[in-house]
Amino acid sequence: MFSFILRRLWLLVPSILGITLLTFGLIRMIPGDPVEVMVGERTLDPALHAAALHRLGLDKPLYLQYLDYAGSLLHGNLGQSLVTRVNVWDEFTTLFPATLELAISAMLFAVVVGLLAGVVAAIKRGSLFDHGVMGLSLTGFSMPIFWLGLLLIMLFSVRLGWTPVSGRIDLAFDIPVRTGLMTVDAWLAEHNDPANFAGAFKDALAHLILPSIALGTIPMAVIARMTRSSMLEVLREDYVRTARAKGLSPARVIFIHTLRNALIPVLTVVGLQVGTLMGGAVLTETIFSWPGIGKWLIDAIQRRDYPVVQNGILMVALLVILVNFIVDILYGIANPRIRHAK
Amino acid sequence: MSLLEINNLSVLFGAEAHPFAAVEGLDLSVSQGEIVGIVGESGSGKSVTMMAMMGLLEGQGRIVADKLRFDGKDLLTLSARERRKIIGKDISMIFQDPMTALNPSFTVGYQIMEVLKVHQGLSGSALKKRAIELMEMVEIPAAATRLDAYPHQLSGGMSQRVAIAMAIACNPKLLIADEPTTALDVTIQAQIMSLLVNLQKSHDMALILITHDLAVVAEVAHRLAVMYAGQVVEQGAIPDIFRKPQHPYTEALLSSIPEHSKGARRLNTLPGIVPGHYDRPSGCLLSPRCPYVADRCRAERPALLPNAAGAVRCYFPLSAKDAQ
Amino acid sequence: MTTQVQMSAEDKALAYPSPLKEFWQGFSYNKGAVMGLVFLAVVVVAALFAPWVAPYNPIDQYRDFMLTPPSWADGGTAKFLLGTDEIGRDMLSRLIYGARLSLLIGLSAVLSSLIPGIILGLLAAFYPKVLGPLIMRVMDVMMALPSLLLAIAIVAILGPSMLNTIIAISVVSLPGYVRLVRASAMTELNRDYVTAARVAGAGTLRLMFVTVLPNCMAPLIVHATMSFSSAILDAAALGFLGMGVQPPSAEWGAMLSSARDYIERAWWVVSWPGLTILLSVLAINLIGDGLRDALDPKLKRAA
Repeated sequence: MFSFILRRLWLLVPSILGITLLTFGLIRMIPGDPVEVMVGERTLDPALHAAALHRLGLDKPLYLQYLDYAGSLLHGNLGQSLVTRVNVWDEFTTLFPATLELAISAMLFAVVVGLLAGVVAAIKRGSLFDHGVMGLSLTGFSMPIFWLGLLLIMLFSVRLGWTPVSGRIDLAFDIPVRTGLMTVDAWLAEHNDPANFAGAFKDALAHLILPSIALGTIPMAVIARMTRSSMLEVLREDYVRTARAKGLSPARVIFIHTLRNALIPVLTVVGLQVGTLMGGAVLTETIFSWPGIGKWLIDAIQRRDYPVVQNGILMVALLVILVNFIVDILYGIANPRIRHAK
Repeated sequence: MSLLEINNLSVLFGAEAHPFAAVEGLDLSVSQGEIVGIVGESGSGKSVTMMAMMGLLEGQGRIVADKLRFDGKDLLTLSARERRKIIGKDISMIFQDPMTALNPSFTVGYQIMEVLKVHQGLSGSALKKRAIELMEMVEIPAAATRLDAYPHQLSGGMSQRVAIAMAIACNPKLLIADEPTTALDVTIQAQIMSLLVNLQKSHDMALILITHDLAVVAEVAHRLAVMYAGQVVEQGAIPDIFRKPQHPYTEALLSSIPEHSKGARRLNTLPGIVPGHYDRPSGCLLSPRCPYVADRCRAERPALLPNAAGAVRCYFPLSAKDAQ
Repeated sequence: MTTQVQMSAEDKALAYPSPLKEFWQGFSYNKGAVMGLVFLAVVVVAALFAPWVAPYNPIDQYRDFMLTPPSWADGGTAKFLLGTDEIGRDMLSRLIYGARLSLLIGLSAVLSSLIPGIILGLLAAFYPKVLGPLIMRVMDVMMALPSLLLAIAIVAILGPSMLNTIIAISVVSLPGYVRLVRASAMTELNRDYVTAARVAGAGTLRLMFVTVLPNCMAPLIVHATMSFSSAILDAAALGFLGMGVQPPSAEWGAMLSSARDYIERAWWVVSWPGLTILLSVLAINLIGDGLRDALDPKLKRAA
């Protein structure tokens, strides 16, 4: 197992190098004066301009510039926002929990509903339920989630008034930050100080529901479809017949002998969906004014805050690589054939 | 009394109105300690019959029978739960391809112990001890260390031994082996076959051996049933049935064995193919291919009638022809 | 069953149907796919003949009719079937002209990632020593970025416009094609017919495009269909974020973006563009499913 993990870790190196090359190149490709791009101000005096160019190291050859960039990344220096003058790393770590909370909640929704629907649809193949799941999942798969978000707001917030329109919690609550996950922080606050924070946890949950559904719909649809087809495939396997010939109960045949093997491809899909989820977070956070990484990046792009754009994208990409790495490891645990492969 | 008695079993697939009979009017009985071979071409209904009996068709096929009794219990009226108490324990089955018959996600030990846990309630060290004992019984070397092996780490022959260990775990009264050696290397085939026969003797099990291989049947089985297009066309004791086949199809099968046709330039074959779903003749199912076909054969279907040695489904059994 | 069959040449039932007929039989078996095809055909016709089909010019503003509801709703007028937007433009006309943009973007994006995708994929399959892994590493890096985010980044650098939308979307869909072509080409390369062609002296180019590529077409066509729909979706998302086609062009995503402020008063400005996107994307995905059934017997009915 250990050597398996090491092998996978080694595979990450070129990906990470490639990503830094990409984010390095992106910024160099912006048309216009590089000093202006990096500093955000136009320097008209040629002497000052040359000085700035030299100070930023932009007069060096490209490969040296890249080494500088990689070096500063290794030191954890992600630069400074041109707008807020705050460290990009600090901004990222402040905002990241909001996206993490949203992503976890959306993924939970997607996995629970998607798996359940897929398994039941496969067992009751050809039934009305099966057709319903397949139809709904194809619709979910084709859904523009920014529109779904607007529809959800229109229905549940505007018409029915059940859920708040935007944000993570009612502004009346000033929740002390501990974990950065609003639901957890609100629960802690309510637990420690019930008088001031009555209903805070429920309010945080209410804020979380619609964005999670909007963000989780596409992964849910994909997981449901994948689970169903993978279950159907495994149900046809000889070893499932063997399991039934052993006189095992249907529940044991399905949940132990079938699902275990059917989950292996589903797991990969779940891993791949994390990338989709980060892309979807950009849209969802914009619609629901959710102060996370996605909204941060969009705002930065609109403000031409290039250091944030550059290293924000880098951080998201590293995150996706990390998650895929974890999924790879889980995949190895779930599938002994992979683990033992040389 | 027979251990297994099947009377007039049919297995129907497809729509209620136009069913297709994969097995039709099948009679078969097996006594304790007996080895019965079932031979026939692919698609002749050998496996489907056994799957139907074990309730493994999963609602795909409908089962109709006058009698389906095992060990005094009526399998037709048994609830699914009751049936599951029998299968895997008193009746068990091993399949053709051992490489796919074991679950790739679980160790060999787990899969053997699972049967013992479910049917005999064993646990702890007794469970492990019995599992190792079973693996030794099927002649797996270093059994104790193989418990933690995954199926993909085993060869085909080893996997089939594991499958056999699983099948005999609860000392079944009847073991069904569905082409247990077809997917194996030739050198392994004989080993597995002799293992099965030895186990059958030592456990005094009944063994149903489904196979293409008439030579194997001739060597080990006590009785033989020949199936064609979902029907038993002939049944008889061995070696009589080999010496004097009564049914033209049996005769054709025997003459297609190289050893039986020494000196001939070409092996004998029957022209044509087994009738499919929609082109079954109204008369005898073999009539389009039968070298001895007569008008009556084309008009009506013969029944399986008992004779001196067993039973045959033919209006003009070959012995009668010889007598003429 | 290897027994010889005596088959008469005239036996119609046993003769092979023409490939096209066989394809259509497989495709039309899937009712959803046929429905999708019909819907897409309507959209394509509307887009092609937009100036004749649309009742109004999509950027004409009827100031007296701002936020008019659809004709059947209270306060609606027969003049504007689906109502008007916040500055009095006819919704239906904007949707029809929007179809032009979406289909154009989708089609151009598919073509401009399909062709380099095929070439890179074939190169990666034919040169597995150095070039192949290099190409695949680059693709892996591109796959590590969420596609929408990468598209946004590209547009952020190039600036928002229709052309840049197309470029961004084709760049992000490139890795999918490369991986697919490489994977299916590698499978085909192990087949005997390729060896036979090699032995017969076929050059690398001929092997690539004449011998191997046609046998990779089935999954490729299905993938292209699916990426056509996701291109439309991504283009709409970019438009929604204000990074795609710029106003006053009637782009579906951009229409939704400006409709956000009227979510409490005018359901129709929010509903129609989104519904149009959903139905178009759904239709194309259904067609993709049907193509898969018809072209790829291995995947048939499994998914």
